[in-house]
Amino acid sequence: MENYIIEMLHITKEFPGIIANDDITLQLKKGEIHALLGENGAGKSTLMSVLFGLNQAENGEIRKNGQVVQINNPKDANNLGIGMVHQHFRLVEIFTVLENIILGVEPSKMGFLEKKEARDKVVKLSKQYGLQIDPDAVVEKISVGMQQRVEILKMLYRENEILIFDEPTAVLTPQEIDELMEIMRGFAKEGKSILFITHKLNEIMSVADRCTVLRKGKYIGTVEIKNTNKEELSRMMVGRDVNFTVEKKEQQLGDVVLEVRNVTVPSRISKKDAVKNISFEVKAGEIVCLAGIEGNGQSELITAITGLEKLSKGKVSLCGNDITKTNIRNRSKSGVSHIPEDRHKHGLVLDYSLEENLILQRYWQPEFHRQGFIKKQAVRSYAEGLISKFDIRSGQGPVSIVRGMSGGNQQKAIIAREIDKEHKLLIAVQPTRGLDVGAIEFIHRQLVATRDAGKAVLLMSLELDEVMDVSDRILVMYEGEIVGELNPKETTAQELGLYMSGAKRNTVKEKEYAE
Amino acid sequence: MQNNQFSPKLSKVLKSKGLSAFAAALLSIALGLIFGFIVMIIAKPENSWYGFTNMLFGGFGRLGDVFYFATPILMTGLSVGFAFKMGLFNIGASGQYTMGMFFALYAGFMFDLPSGIHLIVCILAGMIGGMLWGFIPGILKAFANVNEVITSIMFNYIGMYLVDMLIQQNATMYVSSKTRTAYLPASAQLPSLGVPDSNVNISIFIAIFIAIVLFIVLNKTTFGYELKATGFNKNASKYAGMNDKRNTILTMLIAGALSGLGGAFAILAPSTIPGSSMTYEPINVIAANGFNGIAVALLGSSNPIGIIFSAIFISHIQRGGTIVSSFFGYKPEIIDIVVAVIIYFSAFAMLMNANVAKMIKKRRLAKAVQSINSNQAAADETPQDKKEA
Repeated sequence: MENYIIEMLHITKEFPGIIANDDITLQLKKGEIHALLGENGAGKSTLMSVLFGLNQAENGEIRKNGQVVQINNPKDANNLGIGMVHQHFRLVEIFTVLENIILGVEPSKMGFLEKKEARDKVVKLSKQYGLQIDPDAVVEKISVGMQQRVEILKMLYRENEILIFDEPTAVLTPQEIDELMEIMRGFAKEGKSILFITHKLNEIMSVADRCTVLRKGKYIGTVEIKNTNKEELSRMMVGRDVNFTVEKKEQQLGDVVLEVRNVTVPSRISKKDAVKNISFEVKAGEIVCLAGIEGNGQSELITAITGLEKLSKGKVSLCGNDITKTNIRNRSKSGVSHIPEDRHKHGLVLDYSLEENLILQRYWQPEFHRQGFIKKQAVRSYAEGLISKFDIRSGQGPVSIVRGMSGGNQQKAIIAREIDKEHKLLIAVQPTRGLDVGAIEFIHRQLVATRDAGKAVLLMSLELDEVMDVSDRILVMYEGEIVGELNPKETTAQELGLYMSGAKRNTVKEKEYAE
Repeated sequence: MQNNQFSPKLSKVLKSKGLSAFAAALLSIALGLIFGFIVMIIAKPENSWYGFTNMLFGGFGRLGDVFYFATPILMTGLSVGFAFKMGLFNIGASGQYTMGMFFALYAGFMFDLPSGIHLIVCILAGMIGGMLWGFIPGILKAFANVNEVITSIMFNYIGMYLVDMLIQQNATMYVSSKTRTAYLPASAQLPSLGVPDSNVNISIFIAIFIAIVLFIVLNKTTFGYELKATGFNKNASKYAGMNDKRNTILTMLIAGALSGLGGAFAILAPSTIPGSSMTYEPINVIAANGFNGIAVALLGSSNPIGIIFSAIFISHIQRGGTIVSSFFGYKPEIIDIVVAVIIYFSAFAMLMNANVAKMIKKRRLAKAVQSINSNQAAADETPQDKKEA
């Protein structure tokens, strides 16, 4: 008999209108890295929330070392040695790294905090596993990568032996992902057991020992990674063959749609400029990609183009009309569609229903209201049209509250809304962040279809694959400047990496634009 | 097994958002009543039961007064609740209420207009007074990002002292021998509903009508859509190109108008003594009706229809309290405490709302898991023994 440290047997969990987990079995061996693979809404997060005590299953049982255990809340899970790094970090932003790590299990003597002791333990752990942190830095000021290391240290500090990583690489740069993989291998070597939730096949192939696949709430199978390949995994996950290459038609370049001239944007956090005197243009019928490592001014440049933040110098024009000082509503009216970087912060009103979110950019159009009164029927039928056209899945259709929908379907809702709206320019900021293969394929096809329909697409992405596959032209940003313009057909990922890290630059284009 | 039959029904009921809010409100009220009763037992044990029952049911004998006193807190409750929906905390309902009252009084005394028109002018004046006091914090919030809580608290004091000063300086309005305002001309008074020994007048119907209009505005119009979107997620409303500044000012204007109308409705009421009217005593006290509006809004979950009922309930308890303090030997202060305890617990409705559904659900689950486990415990013993052996 195999030695399983954690077994989840025949787990069934129902939510109103949807069976999130239908008789699912997951068995984790001691010291292995076990990947949990599935599309958005396949039930991965629900299964993990059952294991972590955030939800209780209607049916099925959880065993640890062969004994049935009951997990009613995260505290129970913690007592059993189960720790979790959530996709959206659970950190107190104004606390220091150290304070966050010891939060809830602070060592104290007579009610006074024993920080020294805690600090020594944290420093020792971070050295032991190569998790670089600054214990005294305030969390809101450190990078996303370090925040994740803090989350990992939280688990280690609590001496957890079963570590759950919920889509840990979604927020990381390529280099950080490599580091994380290395760290995970180290844990496995130390005898810790790892559950790795993801939908990135490359990562599974490189780091996992075994993989359990879920689809639409059902258990599909568990496979040994050394006996399988990417194609088989994706077939198990999606239920059909997936096309990894993005098919594009011959490019039909049109007139200039977006023109950015000498734009400078101040930084939100420091006194330096985040974007320094940038000029470029996007023509109809092309996908221009802003590439670069996170935090090199791409986000700020996008906010200046969309009007969310003010720019300090320069000019932005749409089809020859200056829109530098135009407000957001009028930019939207004149043909700017925007898939925002943070779908929870900007893209959606999470407490609104799906149909209410689908009209977020259009509720003011005569189609949807009569003298200020919303036409409920028109909204409903419009929403139903988009839901079926873009295959947005949710528990209760148009009236589902968006907060309860899976990340991929939330993103699909935004994309449906922005693409269906009349537009000349589509700005897509990390549109596939945190999404699975099926959804990514779908979104890439939508972007290409938009381009083929003669619209201009400005794509900002941190994913090298996406940059190379989807775009017609790549602009690399480094420290607030465009350091290179590349043709994805003529360049390699390695060369792109050199530009992104600032090792190589080419400023010819910029000079041409200078006035 | 019984559990299983019960739970689907229960979960269906709990799914409805309005119902769980209603259940939470009822539960908070029940808790408040229990604590109120305890306070009464401590204060005067021998009369506590009669006192308590009179507090609960005494209001039914004075329905007219219940509705008269419900009107102003219904309006301030709507004011606070409406601003809540946009994420603004209008703690300045008192100041707006006081300004509304003063403007209505001023129009009542100083304008000589034909009856019919005079009353309407007075009501509108009250509305404008309240709007003015909502407008200034709104402008400051929109353009200088000054927290509306701070400005509107300050405006409570500014409004109160300003009104008291202006009234005392005005010989037509103020009767210094009585330290109160004079009786309003009949043309400026709201038509009474003719309930004996009560000031109840048509304004309760106007207030309920306004609540229904607000409900429609919030749920059926693009303005309500924008407002709630801003309240839920300010960043998303900005991203969608909604005019945050305009909406902030508009919301505070409307909130002010509602409180101002509350002040006007309170002061333009006829009195039970023929020929007289309600009067105002400028004694430098901030209008309690403004703060009660916060409790009313919380108890009603900021829903205009809920606020109608919560205003009537709080007014009912207050009327009961007045009876108890006059007939059962309780000091008025004790009664104030009891009423405050009930209102205080009622304000927990917001908190309870989220927890009630969870609590019931959890208990149900715990029971289910327990029964599964006890079944399993028996089944599991055998394989475990094998392993160890």
